[in-house]
Amino acid sequence: MKGLHYHYQVPGDDFTRAGEASGAIKAALKKLGFSPQVVRKVAIAMYEGEINLVIHGGGGEIDVDIDGEKVTMVLADHGPGIPDIQKAMEEGWSTAPDNVRSLGFGAGMGLPNMKKYSDEMTVESVVGEGTTVTMVVKLV
Amino acid sequence: MTGKELAAACGFTLACGSGEREIGGEIYCCDLLSIVMGRAPADGLWVTVMGNLNSIAVAVLTDSACILLAEGMGLDEDAKARGDQQDVTVLKTPLPVYEAARAAAKALGLP
Ligand SMILES: Nc1ncnc2c1ncn2[C@@H]1O[C@H](COP(=O)(O)OP(=O)(O)OP(=O)(O)O)[C@@H](O)[C@H]1O
Ligand SMILES: [Mg+2]
Repeated sequence: MKGLHYHYQVPGDDFTRAGEASGAIKAALKKLGFSPQVVRKVAIAMYEGEINLVIHGGGGEIDVDIDGEKVTMVLADHGPGIPDIQKAMEEGWSTAPDNVRSLGFGAGMGLPNMKKYSDEMTVESVVGEGTTVTMVVKLV
Repeated sequence: MTGKELAAACGFTLACGSGEREIGGEIYCCDLLSIVMGRAPADGLWVTVMGNLNSIAVAVLTDSACILLAEGMGLDEDAKARGDQQDVTVLKTPLPVYEAARAAAKALGLP
């Protein structure tokens, strides 16, 4: 299979559009005939990353590459960065403000879900410069 | 049983979507979206009090068959528009979450 590439610009703090990119990728994968398990893994992992870009990263960019073996998602922002990545990865840890908690966010389960539903995940972050999360979901 | 049939059986109202999708059986109750993201079963009935746009996105991405809005909570205008567009069935009921889920379980023939 020829490699496919998708690029999305995700605006910060716009909850009306949050989930558009993951929804589009989900539909694309489904159309390409990937298994429901793979589609679900990518959709969940990418949505959590997308929401974190919106809530915490002040917006950012998502690049998705699909080849015959895997789906690679790279989510990058130039937001405040994460001071303690290990802490951020803990279930239940959240710095989400009250206004987004009232929408149902802030359980502190986003990063743990991303870890659980991807096969490989790396988080690179520099305080004051931004965060880049890379996730891979294998197709087999 | 479809969302529409469940609504008829339990006295829920159809708030958006066609109501035609079959509910696969399992019922899941929670309001915090990333917990729902991690746990809601595909083809299931998701009972919540969150009627905003993000609920529609979560239902689509988890492939839930139907949302049941409990406690008489309203479905936001933009959420309704998105739900109709993506054919996400949302039902509404004044019942609290537990009672709503129990009524649905009975109608769906779950233990
Ligand atoms: N892109 C990011 N930039 C800056 N901080 C981030 C970013 N992503 C995550 N964080 C930090 O890590 C914490 C944990 O993230 P996680 O996604 O697990 O939970 P949450 O977003 O707070 O809540 P939930 O995802 O359950 O709605 C966040 O509260 C935030 O402090
Ligand atoms: Mg999050």
